[in-house]
Order: sequence, then structure tokens, then C-alpha cells
Amino acid sequence: MSVEALTYLFVGLSFALYIGIAIWSKAGSTGEFYVAGGGVHPIANGMATAADWMSAASFISMAGIIAFMGYDGAVYLMGWTGGYVLLALLLAPYLRKFGEFTVPDFIGARYYSNAARVVAVLCLIVVSFTYVAGQMRGVGIVFSHFLNVPIVWGVVIGMAVVFFYAVLGGMKGITYTQVVQYCVLIFAYLTPAIFISLMMTGMPIPQLGFGAELADGSGLRALEKLDRTLVELGFTAYTSGNKAKIDVFAITLALMIGTAGLPHVIVRFFTVPKVSDARRSAGYALLCIALLYTTAPAVGAFARLNFIDTVHGVPYAETADWFKRWESIGLVGWLDKNGDGTIQYAPGPAFQGAPAFTGELGEQDQKQLTNAPTETANEVYVDRDIMVLANPEIAALPGWVIALVAAGGLAAALSTAAGLLLVISASVSHDLIKKTLARGISDRQELRAARLAAAAAILVAGYLGINPPAFVAQVVAFAFGLAAASLFPAILLGVFSMRTTKEGAIAGMLAGLAFTFLYIAWFKFVAPEQNHAAHWWFGISPEGIGAVGALLNFAIAILVSRFTAGVPERVQELVAAIRVPAGVQRPQGH
Amino acid sequence: MQDKHRAYWRANLRLMGVLLALWFLVSFGFGILLVEPLNQVPFFGFKLGFWWAQQGSIYVFIVLIFVYAAAMRHIDRKHGVDDERDGGKGEPPCEPLRKNSK
Repeated sequence: MSVEALTYLFVGLSFALYIGIAIWSKAGSTGEFYVAGGGVHPIANGMATAADWMSAASFISMAGIIAFMGYDGAVYLMGWTGGYVLLALLLAPYLRKFGEFTVPDFIGARYYSNAARVVAVLCLIVVSFTYVAGQMRGVGIVFSHFLNVPIVWGVVIGMAVVFFYAVLGGMKGITYTQVVQYCVLIFAYLTPAIFISLMMTGMPIPQLGFGAELADGSGLRALEKLDRTLVELGFTAYTSGNKAKIDVFAITLALMIGTAGLPHVIVRFFTVPKVSDARRSAGYALLCIALLYTTAPAVGAFARLNFIDTVHGVPYAETADWFKRWESIGLVGWLDKNGDGTIQYAPGPAFQGAPAFTGELGEQDQKQLTNAPTETANEVYVDRDIMVLANPEIAALPGWVIALVAAGGLAAALSTAAGLLLVISASVSHDLIKKTLARGISDRQELRAARLAAAAAILVAGYLGINPPAFVAQVVAFAFGLAAASLFPAILLGVFSMRTTKEGAIAGMLAGLAFTFLYIAWFKFVAPEQNHAAHWWFGISPEGIGAVGALLNFAIAILVSRFTAGVPERVQELVAAIRVPAGVQRPQGH
Repeated sequence: MQDKHRAYWRANLRLMGVLLALWFLVSFGFGILLVEPLNQVPFFGFKLGFWWAQQGSIYVFIVLIFVYAAAMRHIDRKHGVDDERDGGKGEPPCEPLRKNSK
């Protein structure tokens, strides 16, 4: 069977499975639609959380980003895992005890104010839509890479599948599809990684392999050789970074706090039966996530080594097939600046922008480019995403592994998209409609509103995936920065401080949101030419500014609370009650 | 807050403080602030600072969460507030899983 046929088979089978689960687990009440009736086993919830959390970016892009960032890639590895410690210790158990359906629910009740609830809905929608646009785009890209389907059709197919199981099954359908999607994606990620580690070092465990001695007879360890090769080529050593220490610190902190403040992750912990289950479940979630996150740096290091070996100093005519294949879809480009017919790889961009081909072939049959060359000695353009997508080809693995990677990438993108769409629809139907605009509606009406909101959110997400705003790559910083600066401090103070008033919380959220939004917008859109360390405040990049925004939120909330009237007695009782696990209730439709 | 709840909350905060200190130490400490001196130490083929940043801290995070979950179960029981009980307010304890609950 050809690779393409195998890919259709794997993708088709996995989609059929997701839809089957949706039919089996149709939601019958709002409790089931929003939080799966609160009856999900902690291990199942851990796997679902892992799939919910690991997006197209984690699956496709992260190893490639680490491959080209070296040590600095640690900001993502620590940032996107360390947040679970905060979640497990500071938020998840208390929110589970609180026992309602959404994050704005908690903010609204704890800060005894519908204004606070609406501000939280606003933060949630901004954060979640930013995030979901990238997922739909990811679905489209996987389809176009592996199945030669136009991106638009890829997005439409993805929308149809998500529509089916999110609208029908709600949280219940999403939970059990996510469990299956986790299995698909982790198997698809680990299989090529293990093969590559075996091939390069003879060590089957990638986590140990990238520190092991290479099998090429050089007697060097993988990271040693990578450091040496890169320094010879004029790069910084792989194991030391380029970013300033304060920036690495701030980005890691912003990503950790942002992770703990992401509504679609938090809401997963509303689905387990008990408070102790919420704590345990966060551990299982991180365990499932760590399986991929500790493998990614190994994949990144091997891929970078392989890449340099395959391209640098190699005559174009003798390069590997994968190089030419990925060149043909514009993810790799070569500009023979010195006219020697051999590829040179060096620091800096090879030319301006992404490859724009003339459609003609050069002397070596390479695709000719119209891009203006730069001053650097580098002749190679490479899109970082190919480090995972091309891995099975680089390692010459059988066709079914390539098909598996396609199914895995789709599982990662769809599971995250579904989780995000659900929190968006829940915040609209529950927080805006039921709790603010139309208080009297019945459970059945609310359920219908939730389904409609989910369908509308899917259409918007699909539109954003087909027509991505020009800045789609830039907006990831937004999602984490805004979650860190707005929701996390409000929830944390809500649990750990009896004194934080509604005025304090609202002022804090708005200040954190506005500060972070303006800082990122300034450097990303208004004055991008100033976006380097000399202009940054305290040397902190827009990616890391969410950490400062969060501190600002805390400071203002505490300050304002000192000068405003005290927290009502009944709210103090609520806080006292959520601090103890006893007496937990299962969420019911109401 | 009742007195038994106050003692419980203090025990919780103390445990949390210790675990968050470790969380900070392995990631921001070993992985970022002290990475250069630790990189002088070889560790199974890795430079130790780099290993903490890209591997070690993640393993410790997992352990921290499970330790917290286990220790809190113990503390919950000791203070009589574990989630098998009804919290003294007469709410029913956790109901068994019901299909299609309305």
C-alpha cells in the first residue's frame, strides 16, 4: 500500500472512532455537556487533559523550535509543564470543590458581581479564540502536507468532525475522544523518536539517547558533537543560549502562570468526582504530557544533527530525497550564493522572507528563488515544522510511521480545538445567557443554547483557520500572556485571600489585561522595528511580559481591596467551604 | 472558619510552601539562574544545568504533584475533612455515577 493510501486509512479510521464515541456518549443534560456529569475517572481525565493541552504546536512545532533554539527551548519545556504544579497545588482542588461549570462562574460567585463574571468571560473568549485559530490552521496544514488536500478543505473536514462530537457529546463526548486522541498522538510521537534514537546512538530511550555516545564511530556524545559542529559553523553552542537570563526567567514564569490560567485546561478538573481526584488527576495529566515533553528535546537535538549532516557541505545534486520533496512545497529553500553547487549552512537568514520560487530550475535542478539574498554565508532556508514532519523520512522509516504521524498531528490539533470550543460555548450559554441575560431559562433551553454557541464558535474558528489573520504566528504570546495577567491572579486571590474585594479583583484583571495587551501590541504590531532588547522594559520580551502583567494584577487587586468595603459574610463562608474537601457535590443540570 | 479548619489550612499552606520552594529550585534555580556553574558538571552525557532545564525539572514536577496529592489525603483524614465525608453541613456524600442524570 502506498504511503498516501495508508495515511487515508489511518486518518479515516481515527475519525470514524471519534465519531463513534460521540454517538455513544451523547450529552443529555447541561451537567453532562459542561463537565461530563463530574464522573470522569482521574486517570482518564489525566489523559484527556494531556490531549486537550498538547496542541498542533506541541506536536508539530515544538521539537523544531527547540532544535533551533538549543538551551533556550527550555522556556517552553519548563513553562508548559511547571504550570501544572501551580494548577494542582493552587487552583484545581478548590475549583473542583466550588463545583460549578465554568471559570467565570467561580469569578462571578467569589467576587459577588456579574461585572466580574463578564470581565472573566471577556478574558476567556480573547484567550481561547486566539488559541483555536492556530489549531484549525494546524488541521489544514496536516491535510495539505500528507494528503495533498487544499488547506481550505482540510479545515472544513476538521470542522465537520469537531462539530459532530463537540456539539453532540459536549464535554462528555470530548473527554472520551480526547482519551483516544491522546493514545493516537503519543504513539505517533514516540515511535519515530525511538527509531531515530536507536539509529543514532543504539539507545532506544530518546530521553537518555541524546546524552549517549553516537553510533557513527566518532566517539562523541550526541550533544557534544552538536555543540562542536555548531560552534565550527559560527553558531552559539547548542547547550548554551542566546537569550538574556532575565528574559528566560520571565518567559518561563509567564508560560507557567499562563498554563495554569488557561480556562480550557482548568475546566477539565471540574469533571472528576472528588477534590482528591482533582489533585491526583493533575499528576496523571502531567505524566502523560511529560512523555511527549521529555522526548521533544531529544527529537530536536537529533533532528538538528541530522539536518546539518544531510545538508551542510553536500553538493545539491547529492542531497537526500526529503530535502527536494520539502523544497517542492516551500518549507526548504536553497540559494547558491557563492555559485559552487554545494549547500552551505551558517547563522542568520539565507535570504529575505519565505522562499518565493520563480518556477524555473537552476543549474543543479534546484528551484530558483526570487528572494533577495542577505549578507550572511548561509544558503539554506528551513521551516522549523519539518523537524517533526520529515523525521520519519529522514530516518527512512516505513510508510505506516509517516501515516501515523499524520493521524497524530490531527489528533493533537482536533483535541485542543474541541476543548477550546467547549469553554467558549459554555461561557456564552452559561455565563452570558443563563447567568446574566436570560436568567429564567430551563435546563433544556440552556443545553440548546450551549449547542448553538458551540456550532457558532466552530464556524468562527474555521473562518479564522481558513483566513488566518496575518499575525497568527505572533498571537501565541497573547494567549499565554493574557491568561497569566488576567485570570490566574483573580482565581488565586479568590481562594487564598478572604479580603480581596470585587473592586480589587476587577481593577486587577483589567489592569493586567490592558498592560499586557498594550505591551505585546506595541512591540508586535505598532512598532515592530523596536522589538529588541534595547527597547524592552527590564529586558523582558513580549513573550515574557505576562509575568509582569500578573504581578501588576496582584499588586492592584491587593491595594484596591485595602481601600474598599469588606467582603460579604456569605462570600467568606464560600471561601472557607472551598478550602476543605469534605462535602463535595456532583454538578447537576439545573 | 472553624478551629479544626484553621489548623488544616495551616498544614496545607506549610506543605504547599515546601513543595513550591522545590518547584522554584529545580526550574528557576537549577535550570536558569545556576545553569552555568552546573554545566561544569557532567551528568550521564549531559551538562547538568542543561539537563535540569530540559529534562530533570519536568520529572521533579510530576513527583511534586503526586507527593502533594498523597500527603494531602493524609492531612485531610487527620483533620477529618476528607472528601468521603459530608463536611458537617448535612450534604449527601458523593453520589455514585449516574447515567443521564437530569
